[in-house]
Amino acid sequence: MELYVFLIFSLLLVFSSLKVITINNPVKAAIYLIVAFFASAVLWLLLNAEFLAIILVLVYVGAVMIMFLFVVMMLDINMVEIKEGFVGYFPFGLLVFITTALLLIFFLNDQFSNMDKNIIQEIAIISNDNTKNLGFLLYTEFILAFEIAGIILLLGIVAAITLTHKKNISNKYQNPFQQVNVKKSDRLKIIKGEGENK
Amino acid sequence: MIPMLYYLVLSSILFSISLAGIFLNRKNILILLMSLELMFLSINFNFIIFGNFLVDLSGQIFVFFILTVVAAETAIGLALIVVLYRSKKSINVDDVGKLKG
Repeated sequence: MELYVFLIFSLLLVFSSLKVITINNPVKAAIYLIVAFFASAVLWLLLNAEFLAIILVLVYVGAVMIMFLFVVMMLDINMVEIKEGFVGYFPFGLLVFITTALLLIFFLNDQFSNMDKNIIQEIAIISNDNTKNLGFLLYTEFILAFEIAGIILLLGIVAAITLTHKKNISNKYQNPFQQVNVKKSDRLKIIKGEGENK
Repeated sequence: MIPMLYYLVLSSILFSISLAGIFLNRKNILILLMSLELMFLSINFNFIIFGNFLVDLSGQIFVFFILTVVAAETAIGLALIVVLYRSKKSINVDDVGKLKG
């Protein structure tokens, strides 16, 4: 039963990630990425990581992917121009995929093929509750890393806002530098009137 | 109990797909960012797999921090895309060099 769940959701994961890198429409790519996140959340549940599976769905699907979709729909992109060179590089991409996959699989098969049972038993396990264990570790042993993660998130906020913030040009304000540097010729224009000719 | 090797093979296939995606979509920053997300997902997979099979929660803690950093990175990357689109009206990677401040 567990094996069937694993097979179904791993096939879904591989299929949707293949779709992400080959599909033409970025909105559909983002939606296939959401499917991939859901499938991997199920697989993480099989691996006893309940808290992280729920965090993946809440934070990734709920926040990061919505941000992605927001940006994709905000921009009006010419996909024909962007997709140029895709067909020409397809054999190269296939070669990269096959080489990397074979290298990794041969290495993993060589190193970890007989690691089916748990070697080390019961380290840092307080209760059967995954969330409680994670919280205990996070606020004791990893407290410094936790604080640094908070600072990194703050940095993300500051960087994103400073990059995208537009100056409000409807505000009227005086620039003293320009006011002081004004010359007579900028303001005063002497023209010959009609009365002078008579 | 599913053998550990199955999970490891799955995560390495996912990593290879996202690496190929970076090579294939090298013109489109949005799909590049999505491929990066998939890559981080496969790395997180590896942490969780080893954490589960060695019964050590540090792997899951690491995944927690990776998720935090990736969220910040995605926000900054998308902000850069918006800035690029505003000035060049395209998100082609070739146009990034013309940004110049």
